[in-house]
Amino acid sequence: MKKEYSLGGTILKDGNSENFKTGDWKNKYPYHDKEKCKNCMMCVPFCPESCIRHEDSKLLGMDLDFCKGCGVCSKVCPFHAIEMKSDINK
Amino acid sequence: MYNLKEVVNKPNRLTSGHRMCAGCGAPVTINGVLRALKEEDNAVISVATGCLEVSTCTFPYTSWKNCSFIHTAFECASATLSGVETTYNKLKKDGKISDDKVTKFIGFGGDGGTLDIGLQSLSGAMERGHDITYICYDNGAYMNTGTQRSSSTPHFADTTTTPSGKVSNGKAQQRKDLTEIMVKHNLPYVAQSALIGNLKDLYEKSEKAIYTKGPTYMSVLSPCPRGWGYPSEDLQTISKLAVDTCFWPLYEVCDGKYKITYRPAKKLPVEEFLKLQKRFKHMFKAGNEWMIEEIQKEVDKKWEYLQMMEKITNEEN
Repeated sequence: MKKEYSLGGTILKDGNSENFKTGDWKNKYPYHDKEKCKNCMMCVPFCPESCIRHEDSKLLGMDLDFCKGCGVCSKVCPFHAIEMKSDINK
Repeated sequence: MYNLKEVVNKPNRLTSGHRMCAGCGAPVTINGVLRALKEEDNAVISVATGCLEVSTCTFPYTSWKNCSFIHTAFECASATLSGVETTYNKLKKDGKISDDKVTKFIGFGGDGGTLDIGLQSLSGAMERGHDITYICYDNGAYMNTGTQRSSSTPHFADTTTTPSGKVSNGKAQQRKDLTEIMVKHNLPYVAQSALIGNLKDLYEKSEKAIYTKGPTYMSVLSPCPRGWGYPSEDLQTISKLAVDTCFWPLYEVCDGKYKITYRPAKKLPVEEFLKLQKRFKHMFKAGNEWMIEEIQKEVDKKWEYLQMMEKITNEEN
């Protein structure tokens, strides 16, 4: 297979790291409790991975494709609506 | 007015998929700063070598979106940025690029690339008066290569090059205060911020820094869970403690006038901040109390100095 490179090794598409999933780094999963959540958006700017999805002032949840399981969101949440769990199914 | 619910709707310019460690403070800082940029404005970003640079543009991927990014060497982030700014102005003057869009020039560097290796180019760029903004995300050591001491490492901190043990008590020297050095460059805006509360402080200072004409500098405390040795989820807690103990005072200097932007309701003793971190663990052993006392003295001295400067520089003659 022939590899294709751009001139000078420049990266031609901005933000293409979105194709590189970092979700398999984690050993804890964030569990978002929609009933406790008041959509205050406090967790959104604190997520180092920018992977907390929201739309029209409603929090949709964490994108587990990128979440590294650091737990910052669960600590930042004033309503304790995010819990870190070691098993995704529990 | 700052409204968190509104500002989070801006698309992030540092996107997902970068390889910074879990719980790193740097991407939070970078997005916090870039959120202050108006959505329609362009940005040219130059980053000095460091964690941020190597893990956000690992070839063939880049995490930078909707901005021009320049991968530059350790010592020349500000030199590169000043060159780009000058070229941009010249091309604009010659009519080769349209001037209907505003372009801002922002440099990012860790404390190694800013306080040690990049200091000469930063000082030069600031002295020449380019219209640039330089932001140092300060995590207090060379974290990228495995926690070697930098001139921003706090006194007595344990790093791989200043290990604590029978012979050494961690770093023997005090921290270099680059914010004060930048104030002495007579810049129109210099500030110090941290990741506290709902990031209002960071947003407002970034907005002022980016949209003030002339060279501006800002230093942001960016906790590093690996190097500091604290649980990664405590990012906000540890930043708040740094500010509440006055270990990292929040202030800004506009045209030489000091303004303390956050006064803790109750100034906590510095060990509240130190005891959470593994790098200061040796200070809590019996017989090492003098180290904590010494750090407390340094912190108090700096806090008193700031209060004095605020009073003197705001006096009307």
